[in-house]
Amino acid sequence: MSSIWEYANPRRFMATSGALLPWISAIAAVCLVVGLVWGFFFTPNDFRQGSTVKIIYVHVPSAIMAVNAWLMMLVASLIWVVRRHHVSALAAKAAAPVGMVFTLIALFTGAVWGQPMWGTWWEWDPRLTSFLILFLFYLGFMALWEAIENPDQAADLTAVLCLVGSVFAVISRYALVFWNQGLHQGATLSLDAEQNIADVFWYPLITVMAGFGFLFLALVLYRTRTEIRARRVKALIAQERMA
Amino acid sequence: MIGLLKRDLSLAIRAGGGFGLSLAFFLIFTALVPFGVGPETGRLSEMAAGLLWLGALLACLLSLDRIFQLDWEDGTLDLLATSPLPLESVAALKALAHWLTTGLPLVAAAPVLGILLNLPGAAYPWLIASLFVGTPALSIIGAFGAALTVGIKRGGLLLSLLVLPLYVPTLLFGALAATRGAQGLDATTPLVLTAGITLGAAALLPFAAAAALRVNLR
Repeated sequence: MSSIWEYANPRRFMATSGALLPWISAIAAVCLVVGLVWGFFFTPNDFRQGSTVKIIYVHVPSAIMAVNAWLMMLVASLIWVVRRHHVSALAAKAAAPVGMVFTLIALFTGAVWGQPMWGTWWEWDPRLTSFLILFLFYLGFMALWEAIENPDQAADLTAVLCLVGSVFAVISRYALVFWNQGLHQGATLSLDAEQNIADVFWYPLITVMAGFGFLFLALVLYRTRTEIRARRVKALIAQERMA
Repeated sequence: MIGLLKRDLSLAIRAGGGFGLSLAFFLIFTALVPFGVGPETGRLSEMAAGLLWLGALLACLLSLDRIFQLDWEDGTLDLLATSPLPLESVAALKALAHWLTTGLPLVAAAPVLGILLNLPGAAYPWLIASLFVGTPALSIIGAFGAALTVGIKRGGLLLSLLVLPLYVPTLLFGALAATRGAQGLDATTPLVLTAGITLGAAALLPFAAAAALRVNLR
């Protein structure tokens, strides 16, 4: 019987991820190129927003992945806390900078779109503010990893921070609604709606979203593999010293 | 337990404990505000409630690394960890001692500093109430951050980076209660939510802080 826990073994993980990685990267590249070219050049301009509407092909997928990356880190941290698989802790560490960059992309593209549309680069709106806070959480998580020398202690402490931070991130998200009603439109996409947006926009958008998902997966796998190799090198150096 | 609390209190109050430093910081922060935003009393009184909350939060932040750092350095924390008292209680007591020596004086000083910033009269009860129910959350969340960073040399800046995002909901509701009070509106809802955050933090975070301490003591 094979189960997902077999990949807790670094050797199995390295073998499987090494075989899958070229495919995942290729799918990500194809989805991104097709989706972005399609979205940018072959969809009509919006009736009121003109061509600025096309920024959603970057803004929406990166915003979705920014939140999902934190969720992935939360799950990986939980697995580390409960079952103490090192690959899981390293995956959480590997995902943090990727998620941070997605958050930054979402904030930046939002500002670029907001300037002509809302007439301002920045507005203290609940959604914008909660993304800024999410960005700070990513920074804190990475800074704590960097500050602690012992990797197991660092993994433990960042996992605790990730669990507590998730609770506070959710509280902040809903607290901010109290504080300011905001300019940002409500969710355009939902899973249970029959049709979210017109099909001409929907198909390229969902292609780019798939592309961002695979891109995240590929980057996290790359970075996790690098972390595992770095850990091996450190072990080898320690062995040399002992001998 | 009472003994530990008494020890922490007397250590904080005696020389070198830093008692009063937060208060002095709060005073200086308040005194600097008019230099930054201008001395017009109308504008100051509009912002006073939020600024006092912000000042109290920063003053609280300043003393956080003292919660565990000194005990960590001289080995007291190892003794506490091997004592029959659970580490969760130690974390909770340390947070309580921090609040009694930092948060409570800030609550007492806030009305006086409110006069400096020309805080509207209707806001005083709300400001005091919101600080009174909100500052314990700052101490407890801060104790968790201090437990995370206790093993790191010169971890003070890192501690601020970790703790400040966690302070967002407390600051938001606390300042909202005080600001609504200043505008003469009913501020019960944000006040109750501030109390809710304090109670939730008091119920859960000692466990997280104790887990972090155990990792650091390993």
